[in-house]
Amino acid sequence: MRYSIFSLARNAFGHHEGWPAAWRSPEPKQSYDVVIVGGGGHGLATAYYLAALHGIRDVAVIEKGWLGGGNTGRNTTIIRSNYLWDESAHLYEHSLKLYEGLSRELNFNIMLSQRGVLNLAHNLHDLRELSRRVNAIRLNGIDSEVLTPVQIKAMVPILDTSPDVRYPVLGASLQRRGGVARHDAVAWGFARGADARGVDVIQNCEVTGIRQRNGAVEGVETSRGYIRARKVGVVVAGHASVLAAMAGFRLPIESHPLQALVSEPIKPIHHSVVMSNAVHVYVSQSDKGELVIGAGIDGYDSYAQRGSFPVIEDQMGALVELFPIFSRLKMLRHWAGIVDTCPDASPIISKTPVKHLYFNCGWGTGGFKATPGSGWVFAHTIAHDAPHALNAAFTLDRFSTGALIDEHGAAAVAH
Amino acid sequence: MLLIECPWCGPREESEFHCGGEAHIVRPLHPEQLSDPEWADYLFMRSNPKGPHRERWVHEAGCGRWFNVERDTVTHEITAVYRMGGPPPNPSAAPGRKR
Amino acid sequence: MTDAPFRLPSGGRIDRGSPVSFSFDGERYTGYAGDTVASALLAHGVRLVGRSFKYHRPRGVVTDGVEEPNALVQLGIGASGEPNARATQVEIHDGLAAASQNRWPSLGFDAGAVNGLLSALIPAGFYYKTFMWPGRWWMKYEYFIRRAAGLGRAPTGPDPDTYDKSWAHCDVLVVGAGPSGLAATHAAGRTGARVLLVDERPEPGGHLPGTSQSIDDAPAEEWVSAMVSDLAAMEEVRILPRATALGYYDHNYLTVLERRTDHLPYRERRGRVRQRLWKVRAKQVVLATGAHERPLVFRNNDRPGVMLASAARSYVNRYAVRPGTSAVVFTNNDTAYDPALDLADAGLRVVLADVRTGLSDARRSQLRRRGIELLAGHAITDVRGAKAVTGVSVAALNSSASAYAGGHRKIRCDLVCMSGGWNPAIHLFSQSGGRLAFDEARGAFVPGEARPAQFSAGGCNGTGALAFALSEGREAGKAAAAACGFRKRGGTPLPKVDVVEETPIRLLWTVPSRHLGRRLDKHFVDFQNDVTAADIALAAREGYRSVEHLKRYTTTGMGTDQGKTSNVNALAILSETLGADIAATGTTTFRPPYVPATFGALAGRDVGELSDPVRTTPMHQWHVEQGAAFEDVGQWKRPWYYPRDGESMREAVDRECLAARGSVGILDASTLGRIDVQGPDAAEFLDRIYTNGWKRLAVGRCRYGLMCTEDGMVFDDGVTLRLGEHRFLVHTTSGNAARVLAWMEEWLQTEWPDLDVYCNSVTEQLATASISGPFARQLLTELTTDVELGRDAFPFMSWRDGHVAGLPARVARVSFTGESSFEVSVPSGYGLSLWTALMHSGQRYGITPYGTEAMHVLRAERGFIIAGQDTDGTVTPIDLGMEWIVSRSKDFIGKRSLGRADTTRAERKQLVGLLTDDPEEVLPEGGQIVDTVTKPPMRMIGHVTSSYFSANLGRSIALALVRGGRDRHGEPVMVPLERAVVPARITEPRFFDPEGKRAHG
Repeated sequence: MRYSIFSLARNAFGHHEGWPAAWRSPEPKQSYDVVIVGGGGHGLATAYYLAALHGIRDVAVIEKGWLGGGNTGRNTTIIRSNYLWDESAHLYEHSLKLYEGLSRELNFNIMLSQRGVLNLAHNLHDLRELSRRVNAIRLNGIDSEVLTPVQIKAMVPILDTSPDVRYPVLGASLQRRGGVARHDAVAWGFARGADARGVDVIQNCEVTGIRQRNGAVEGVETSRGYIRARKVGVVVAGHASVLAAMAGFRLPIESHPLQALVSEPIKPIHHSVVMSNAVHVYVSQSDKGELVIGAGIDGYDSYAQRGSFPVIEDQMGALVELFPIFSRLKMLRHWAGIVDTCPDASPIISKTPVKHLYFNCGWGTGGFKATPGSGWVFAHTIAHDAPHALNAAFTLDRFSTGALIDEHGAAAVAH
Repeated sequence: MLLIECPWCGPREESEFHCGGEAHIVRPLHPEQLSDPEWADYLFMRSNPKGPHRERWVHEAGCGRWFNVERDTVTHEITAVYRMGGPPPNPSAAPGRKR
Repeated sequence: MTDAPFRLPSGGRIDRGSPVSFSFDGERYTGYAGDTVASALLAHGVRLVGRSFKYHRPRGVVTDGVEEPNALVQLGIGASGEPNARATQVEIHDGLAAASQNRWPSLGFDAGAVNGLLSALIPAGFYYKTFMWPGRWWMKYEYFIRRAAGLGRAPTGPDPDTYDKSWAHCDVLVVGAGPSGLAATHAAGRTGARVLLVDERPEPGGHLPGTSQSIDDAPAEEWVSAMVSDLAAMEEVRILPRATALGYYDHNYLTVLERRTDHLPYRERRGRVRQRLWKVRAKQVVLATGAHERPLVFRNNDRPGVMLASAARSYVNRYAVRPGTSAVVFTNNDTAYDPALDLADAGLRVVLADVRTGLSDARRSQLRRRGIELLAGHAITDVRGAKAVTGVSVAALNSSASAYAGGHRKIRCDLVCMSGGWNPAIHLFSQSGGRLAFDEARGAFVPGEARPAQFSAGGCNGTGALAFALSEGREAGKAAAAACGFRKRGGTPLPKVDVVEETPIRLLWTVPSRHLGRRLDKHFVDFQNDVTAADIALAAREGYRSVEHLKRYTTTGMGTDQGKTSNVNALAILSETLGADIAATGTTTFRPPYVPATFGALAGRDVGELSDPVRTTPMHQWHVEQGAAFEDVGQWKRPWYYPRDGESMREAVDRECLAARGSVGILDASTLGRIDVQGPDAAEFLDRIYTNGWKRLAVGRCRYGLMCTEDGMVFDDGVTLRLGEHRFLVHTTSGNAARVLAWMEEWLQTEWPDLDVYCNSVTEQLATASISGPFARQLLTELTTDVELGRDAFPFMSWRDGHVAGLPARVARVSFTGESSFEVSVPSGYGLSLWTALMHSGQRYGITPYGTEAMHVLRAERGFIIAGQDTDGTVTPIDLGMEWIVSRSKDFIGKRSLGRADTTRAERKQLVGLLTDDPEEVLPEGGQIVDTVTKPPMRMIGHVTSSYFSANLGRSIALALVRGGRDRHGEPVMVPLERAVVPARITEPRFFDPEGKRAHG
């Protein structure tokens, strides 16, 4: 059933008892052309684009828990494409463009709200890096501008821009097309879209092994039996190394907790997304009124979806320093996801040592904004057994050649 | 927050420490003899196991000493703490094996 | 003073001698010390206290505590306001101003209530299905949706209060001072163990003071008092009231938020810490967190005046408030009977509708004695009233509870008390990683397998009966203490508690509507977020079958009450809809904190000037007095430039640069990182850390070094002095000192423990003034007698010890400006003396202090890099044109990486100079470089890393990283800026004194 104001009105008369399931819950078949391991946003998007753009509909998405239950449902929902390096900028911009048409494409409102993303600069080094980024992004054809403290104050009046704080705000970059989207809706929309095109979305099914013969993948062992597959795409974020171990190789990835939190809902007072790498916090306000706040990763490897409290304390110090009026608000929930961090803070969307086995991982703290783009290029990579130009640089091979795409190196080290 | 038993100072809060990642990665003695993929394996590839894991920690805000910890990455339970260069205990709990 | 109309003449824990005046929505009310906003308002007959989130339905008080979904109020005004406070927990004090939230223009008439009329159109998740047309209009719709968002309002200014944090280490932490918690604390405390008891209420006893329970044939409060006075006598026992355990983390680390002043009148708060965050590390933990009563899900169960049976009982007993005059108690279990009795004793007319039939004679006779009408096998089918309950309809259920057997009877009442059973407060247990089990008989999640060193006792363990709760608590306390090595023979005997025979609960997750076969409309499950049973059925129908999907799709359990009253009901209704077991459908996850926690308390003192330490040099005060502008470099405050009256930054920097080359300039270089490296293997160690060799450096000489990360990228640089055969003084960049020391220690300890080397930071031990320029030597000559300063006696890149201005000093002939230059270092306590002596003697040479900006210009004129500015973690020494410093004969960290395919590529970005065609034009740092300007995306070949106006050269200069740049000297490039394109030419990255002769001069 198509979603619209009219179908809502029509169903109101039937007390909304006529709505069909957004997706089926099929039993897994014995074999598929393509099995996608991981029912998060990226995996579902991959399946959707395989069916929608590449005509490959005999696809199963296998999820050990529930759809969107990993980092898709645990992130701070920020979307932007203001990346420094060309390779990243083009990939994330492609994703942002897909996002801009996604609600209509999927007939599912993902509530993309392009309220602008500000990245604050607190010292001269920050300002220099910010200018470098803004210039690069602009020349890549992506919207980006530099704001002065006065302009920042006009846009975010509750931000403390006074010069006498410990690390004053000296400037900011602004991507107006950046913003937030409803994270769960992205997973659900892709699941519904994929399902409608014949993809089997299978929840509560855990992959326990990857079968191969003569260096090529044959299928996956699961908690619900063996499933043959001509091609297997793995997109399991924090669990990438576990799946790679099943396939017999290692990845340059460490899994770390990444924590986030929300405040109690309050009447809207903060309309953009403010990020500060220097004092380490980012914050937006959801349509429900909660402040959604994130920070950096915990320092140790973990699969526990649980971080350490000092990270939250640091984050709160930074938040109250930037936004003094938030001090008396209250933290409602905090949680963690398991993020797959790569040495160069860039993803791997790549063929692997095993033929017809593909990995999409290493998104670290930044995967949500890439969801449609990641699925789009991964579907292409799987369909053609070769990467698209947009993800050609994001190979596993780059760690041997040294051609890293170092997004955080470029932001690090002050003199 | 973890409670970590520094071999020199005793149990201390995690916030006094810094984690240095996977332990027992030995720097190759003759790097020039390695192929690029072999070098990349040393430099970047990690086992990143789900379950028992041996990793290095440094008591940054304490004695400043590095040491090894065996910790479960799912339960965060610490099963052993041993000095740098010491043999790993619990040989049965091989890292990388799923719990 | 006449008392409030619903206040009972006697009883309760309130202090009738201390009347308190407060306001609600501008109206003045009085209560007593010991009242909450909720109890005081109920005493005045105020039923309507809030509006729901989505439909703006009128709502009243449902609970008497932490789980309250409805009665949320805005406290205070302006900067000290607080949104979303639970009226059921806010203790009243003189001057307290509370206001209802989420209503406009008033609580009584709320325009948002129109949403209720539209409710048929806006079921759960409606927004996913619409607002997609026309394209990109979502933000217009969203504008209106956002206007409706949120509950209370943020304060309007910075928080006037302060917060702090404290650690507590104990043997046993007991959470909850109810009967189990008190028993546990007593049992553990008497062994001598250090016990910390935290409790969210103002006074211990848990729910007991809200009951009419007897212990040892006396009111329970007497037992509580006896326990508390026993505990007070135990030296190692500490009780924290108004302290809520928020989170239970790894290795028995718990956070506890203590509210220290919120209950006090404003005048008594001044100068005191508002809230304190306790960080508790306990050897053993006893959870005695009790249980929350569950609402029943029936039609219009959200009317103001519908409350939990235990809450109604508590208002009678704890607060001496009649929550109504005529009550219908609606239950599926025995725990609503005692409340019914207490209500009757308080003078209310009571009818009790129980969905069960086989009730015990004991219970029946209890009711009979009070004249309470019992409707066995009956349910409430509807609640009437708008802003207050006016009556209910009841009917007899058939045996399967699927339909009504007889007609509907209307009963007039102003209070409905409901009890759907109890949910153990397993939040902390679950947060700690414990597994939950579903108790089918009670329809509740209870603790299953626990993490180590932890006990659950009493209500949170699924134990309802007081007698068992007491014994569980005692055993848990004993066992916890024993696990810490504390034992004591004997024990307090268990007090005597009456036990009434119980009839098992009959689980009835949704009560059928009056009109059978009709939809379940407005059967509320989540009061705050307006989630109904129909919404849950809709979610299940649409495939949102995981509990997490359900929560996210319907928003159930996502409110400020975190689903304390709604989660299990929602899960059960979902299971029923799916025809699955509750246990199989799943459990909800409990995310910390247990109650919403003030951001300011989590930030503690790490705000304002304490947010990060400020590091200053010994000469800092002098710079301040000279009116220097400062730059933050890491934690350091460094003089950026020294503007004279009326000077612009450019004028000041030009003047400083000219002085450093024309006469003498002086720079405070104290912030440079300094690491003392000692040991027989020190030279070998530096050989491995740096790209260049150190073994042949003579004692008394200095050498510039570059260090890389293991992947071959430049990491830091600086000059190192060989102080002795086995001793070096390493200099690092100012912002990187700690990282470099940590880096060295890591390699030494983890990879090369065989090297006999010790490293120590001496940054803070030394103060350094760098003097530069043609008169630098002359100036220094005046101030020293024992350092031979002649060109041959003291060659470039060497150091000497001696005295300068009478101070013990080390002088190094190194130069970051390219001029003849001396770095004079003294123990940091002498720093200011050295500086003032140099300034004093330098006057006749026109000595000019220069800041970091001039330093940057001067070094750029010579093409010296700044690690972190001209490099960014992707630049190799070769890229910088510094092959001369990369040893071929030895291994060093990062060497192997320089031979990889990508690092040997010819087209890598390399350091070059850039000269703009217009010598007055200063390129912005960070400008991107292209060969040709096209429509975006443009092909970028590099970027400007450093750029200045050079007064010494009379033109602008820049350093840049450009693809294949070293072979492109002389070629033109473009730098497209937002409003202009700047043409420039690639050059050698050296603009001044290219042979570097002046430094030797």
